[in-house]
Amino acid sequence: MRIASQPTYAEKVPINYLNAEHGLKSWLLTVDHKRIAILYLLSVTAFFLVGGLFALLIRLELLTPQGDLVRSDVYNRLFTMHGIVMIFFFLIPSIPAVLGNFIIPIMLGARDLAFPKLNLLSWYLYMIGGILTLYAVLAGGVGTGWTFYTPYSTVYSNSHVMVTAIGVFITGFSSILTGLNFIVTTHTMRAPGLTWSRMPLFMWSLYATSLIQVLGTPVLAIAILLVGIERLWGVGIFNPALGGDPVLFQHLFWFYSHPAVYIMVLPAFGVISELIQNFSKKRIFGYKFVAGASVAIAVYGFLVWGHHMFTTTQSVYAGMIFSFLSFFIAIPSAIKVFNWTATLYQGSISYQTPMLYAIGFIGLFVIGGLTGLYLATMGVDIHVHDTYFVVAHFHFIMVGGSVLAYLGGIHYWWPKISGKMYPDGWGRFSALVVFVGFNLTFLPQFILGYLGMPRRYHAYPEEFWVLNVFSTAGASILGVGYFLPLVYLIWSWFYGPEAPANPWQARGLEWQVPSPPPTTNFPAPPLVTQETYEYSLEEAEVV
Amino acid sequence: MNELPLFPPQASTMSAEVDNLFFYITAVAAFFTVAIYICLGVFAVLYRRRDPRFVPRPILGSTILETTWSVVPLGLAMVMFGWGAKLYYDQYTPPENAHEIFVIGKQWMWKTQHPSGQREINELHVPVGRPIKLTMATQDVIHSFYIPAFRIKRDVIPGTYTSMWFTATKPGRYRLFCAEYCGTSHSGMIGWVTVMEPGDFENWLSGGASESMAQSGEKLFSQYGCASCHSNDQPGRCPPFRGVYGSTQQLTDGRRILADDAYIRESILNPQAKIVAGYQPIMPTYQGQISEEDLLRLLAYIKSIGQRPQPASEGIAEGPARGTMGATPAPREATTNPQAPTKTGRPPR
Repeated sequence: MRIASQPTYAEKVPINYLNAEHGLKSWLLTVDHKRIAILYLLSVTAFFLVGGLFALLIRLELLTPQGDLVRSDVYNRLFTMHGIVMIFFFLIPSIPAVLGNFIIPIMLGARDLAFPKLNLLSWYLYMIGGILTLYAVLAGGVGTGWTFYTPYSTVYSNSHVMVTAIGVFITGFSSILTGLNFIVTTHTMRAPGLTWSRMPLFMWSLYATSLIQVLGTPVLAIAILLVGIERLWGVGIFNPALGGDPVLFQHLFWFYSHPAVYIMVLPAFGVISELIQNFSKKRIFGYKFVAGASVAIAVYGFLVWGHHMFTTTQSVYAGMIFSFLSFFIAIPSAIKVFNWTATLYQGSISYQTPMLYAIGFIGLFVIGGLTGLYLATMGVDIHVHDTYFVVAHFHFIMVGGSVLAYLGGIHYWWPKISGKMYPDGWGRFSALVVFVGFNLTFLPQFILGYLGMPRRYHAYPEEFWVLNVFSTAGASILGVGYFLPLVYLIWSWFYGPEAPANPWQARGLEWQVPSPPPTTNFPAPPLVTQETYEYSLEEAEVV
Repeated sequence: MNELPLFPPQASTMSAEVDNLFFYITAVAAFFTVAIYICLGVFAVLYRRRDPRFVPRPILGSTILETTWSVVPLGLAMVMFGWGAKLYYDQYTPPENAHEIFVIGKQWMWKTQHPSGQREINELHVPVGRPIKLTMATQDVIHSFYIPAFRIKRDVIPGTYTSMWFTATKPGRYRLFCAEYCGTSHSGMIGWVTVMEPGDFENWLSGGASESMAQSGEKLFSQYGCASCHSNDQPGRCPPFRGVYGSTQQLTDGRRILADDAYIRESILNPQAKIVAGYQPIMPTYQGQISEEDLLRLLAYIKSIGQRPQPASEGIAEGPARGTMGATPAPREATTNPQAPTKTGRPPR
């Protein structure tokens, strides 16, 4: 990509977004998208550690069949809080709010997002929601499952349901505002010459994600409001004793929460598309299909929520429609995997840390996606619904998929964000440890699920013991795998060697500004005259 | 810790059918997984970076390839859809001649009751080779009745009846789980399904209950004061019940509806919802005053007197034969007009 700017800008002006201002106030009141991304990076990492601690306790409890480590009420709160923290406070904001916030304006050749103050407001809403939820944890926790199914959540649970629900409600607005900001930015802030068909695939996937955030999240807010109205004023909405219908809640909940799966995984697709291209030095195979698949997933994602409810009172025929549509959404995901694989063909592939995470992602996402077929197939879903098969499936998508892509993206853009290089050997080692640990944790759970072990069980029959031991062993390896990057990335922030502007010889506007970038990103608006992924151009010709 | 089962036992007519579909999906999934892994592996080795200055020739794409790898998987998936939908329909459509057993979920136990009166907790005894239909209700939150060896599961949802069915094929004891998270002791809401030879089952059934569910229901019919108004014989302020179950009712708003389990339940808990033509909405609600168990017994009683177009008091008094109630809904055309008085007296208690 060619930009019409002064090539030596980086050398002349060493002031960047990190050292331009100092002091806590300069961070808490910043409207710079890069600094807000750092705020998000710190907060989602904190929530990831909290959610990971819950996961650790869950796996330790399941090391033996008896419920002997914690009481069952505590266990129930652990898996509930693990789900809520990981989904609403880590996975949903992770790639969009950290990597997206940092990279999107630079990728588009813009000075900032369209609404910088709204961006800061998003972070504050996220933190208020998060602190309310953490308060609920400290006050005793919530034990309804992250799904909040009625009437258990509305009538029978004596845990801190409403505080948590309000926390999630507020955080939802953060998600909506971020989505809105990205949509407007994508439409209005692209550099001259950066047409839709030249746009990086990361942008396409975040654009599709933002559509879901803006359209889907309000429905979750409505569901939470209705629960509040029922609890406060006794209006019969979900409680059958008052004339309501508990299955109505499930419809509203999954109308948001199924698309929310795509909020978590679409950004991951975008990251992987960037990594695969840049580390094989090859333009994506079938750009239009990969970009179009993101939008198709965003649209279809809203039409399949009923596949979570095959065992309820949902009519048999409604179930059939949802099953039918669910198979269609498998196709765009498959297209992406095929195109990534085809991109490697005749490439020039190097295996630095981000690429190892990307290849690990494809390997795990293939299994995660294909096991979704069992769940879309009604006759088989009746058997495996609400068992560990489902737990394994969605962890393959959300951890094997989203978390690996997030880590891959962090490693890829870390030199740009921090201006420092991390030790690549440790990075590759961490990718390997995560991959091995993940498989050992979750592959046995597919077998457990088909054997019939229900999820959310504090104690379980002895015949499931051995496989659970494998799973817990894997989880401890996985924990080490996550811990490694935390250590060497923090180390590199302070002691790592200086990063060049473009350590990967990658294309894309973000690699043409210094590392770390100056507050204004570009000295003058860049002019884009080439497709994003023109690797055939000589380096000297570009900068 | 010396057990390591890798596949669940097959113990119902549905088990092998579900497993066959499972194997088909596994074959498709394995094919694509292996194909992609091989491509990744081969490309990873063959096209590793040898010369940092080498820039590969870009390949823009291929519409033929894109179409192929969209249409072929979609075709394979449509087989899954059709096959799975057929199986689902079968799983949730009980045969007409199924023997009915009643299940109540409550925090945190399964209570089952056979029409002949036997009650069990966290246990269910069934004969081999006979279709069994479970009519299920919950006293509190959502539960889900799950027997992995039968490959069958159904949620039990407050405010309504759900049902599931199976035909066990192999005598033995099989795990029973609650699959829907229901609170503190969710993982303690487990038990056993015992499949017996028909002869053993008859023996088991005959030892125990002093009165059938319908007989208990008839007592409740008096206790709750239903009898004072809903006399079975004289039409008064309230419609009598004889012959109602399984018949078509004419409502005041002109609708005609089938008097099934859901209708009887609603008429007790929310009597104003559907008023039979010719009557006033005067019945008070029993919401919150009657347990799910009593409700099922009343239902059993109302069913038992609804299945005979002509009253046969002796049959009821001596306890309905096992399997009569709930086995088949009475033929709709054979039901009596609920407003027409019947001739014989009520069965002695």
